[in-house]
Amino acid sequence: MNLTTFIIVSVIKTVIALFVLLTAVAYSVWLERKVVGHIQNRWGPTRVGPFGLLQPLADGAKFLFKEDLIPPHVYKPLYIAAPMLAVMFALTSISVIPIGNVVTIGNIKTPLQITDVNIGLLIVLGITSLGVYGVALAGWSSNSKYSLLGGLRASAQMVSYEISLGLSLVGVLILAGSFSLRAIVDAQAGTFWGFIPRWNIFQGQIIAFFIYLTAAYAETNRVPFDLPEAETELVAGYHTEYSAMKFAMFFMAEYANMITVACLASLLFLGGWHGPLFGPPLLQAILPVFWFGLRVFMFLFIYIWVRGTLPRFRYDQLMAFGWKFLLPMAIANLVITALIVAIRS
Amino acid sequence: MPDNYFARYLPILIHFSLAALLATAIVLLSWIIGYRRPTRAKLSPYECGMTPVGDARQRFSVKFYLVAMLFILFDVEAVFLYPWAVILRDLKMFGFWEMLVYIGIVLVGFFYIWKKGVLDWGGASTGRGEV
Repeated sequence: MNLTTFIIVSVIKTVIALFVLLTAVAYSVWLERKVVGHIQNRWGPTRVGPFGLLQPLADGAKFLFKEDLIPPHVYKPLYIAAPMLAVMFALTSISVIPIGNVVTIGNIKTPLQITDVNIGLLIVLGITSLGVYGVALAGWSSNSKYSLLGGLRASAQMVSYEISLGLSLVGVLILAGSFSLRAIVDAQAGTFWGFIPRWNIFQGQIIAFFIYLTAAYAETNRVPFDLPEAETELVAGYHTEYSAMKFAMFFMAEYANMITVACLASLLFLGGWHGPLFGPPLLQAILPVFWFGLRVFMFLFIYIWVRGTLPRFRYDQLMAFGWKFLLPMAIANLVITALIVAIRS
Repeated sequence: MPDNYFARYLPILIHFSLAALLATAIVLLSWIIGYRRPTRAKLSPYECGMTPVGDARQRFSVKFYLVAMLFILFDVEAVFLYPWAVILRDLKMFGFWEMLVYIGIVLVGFFYIWKKGVLDWGGASTGRGEV
């Protein structure tokens, strides 16, 4: 494949990926409202379209036509840049995430992922950790006390849990021996004794899995770690002073980050797209994508389920939990994994 | 895929540009379509209906700075662990013991800040070893 074809294929894949991601973001908002509604014995959205399925479109249109105020007390350049940064980084972080095997369309052979680089995991971690800029700058530039407190809390919380998150992945890296997400998934192919899949979660990384999931919830500012936007004390936290589409953009970023987290959890711990393959060749080509989508959906559902179930942490509890429990656990997990792998090799 | 090593990173750049374009387009569209009829009350900082006293450019707890500093230290530690983790199978037991010494040194520092109370936030329980 020459460079021109490569660029054209990349642009097509990028456009499709962005479209799918934005649709997924819109419909995970719908899913969240629906599921939380049912958990609380309500119906959730029902009016717009069947089962309220057109609700995300109606919300989007409404956000566009809302009053787009820029209060005079804000620091304007950063106030406008903050939601843009949040969305940009949230949308870019899926660029190295693979969703299936390598496919051949006509005479073009391409992996089902925007690009396969050998430091894929580092790129995802790097881009997602840039997301803290959106939140911190929004909180500071709004020049409002609630925003400032929300932004500070969010930044401190995100950087604290990022360490546990990063360390919990070291065990997976030891087992796979590569940063490439495709290689990590390929290392999880096959089964033990014919029926237990060789997913990392069954290879002794179950503690790392729960550390990752907990830290990721804190990283995306979700319940039970949603202190930055604790509505009972901080109104809305760092986006208190935002309105119209800029307000919505923080939610787009949050849900896009949730989807990235769900994708990473599936790839790193649950064997990515591995699953039973059967039927005609076309079905066999589509099934891996389906199995991957199913796992991502499961993680999104758990996100919402947790939101409908758990109360919020207190701030000192949150910090103590991250530093005094998750961090030592992550270090212990990586030392034990390293010992076992070193003895075996 | 072309053989050039950097060509693999080109799609990330394309993706980032498109995402940036999208973000700019959304903000611009909202600015063009949305109406603006500002009043004094709408433009004042939101404080639940109270009249704001001063602005938010005030001092805040030093704990946030401490957390940021600790993050730098520990994140650098995590970054050192990544390349080691990938080649551990080749390093075998030698690599394990080497890294155990390194983690041990980091843990001494961790234990120190723990006992100094850097990780305790507010409340009456942080009496001893206040920073």
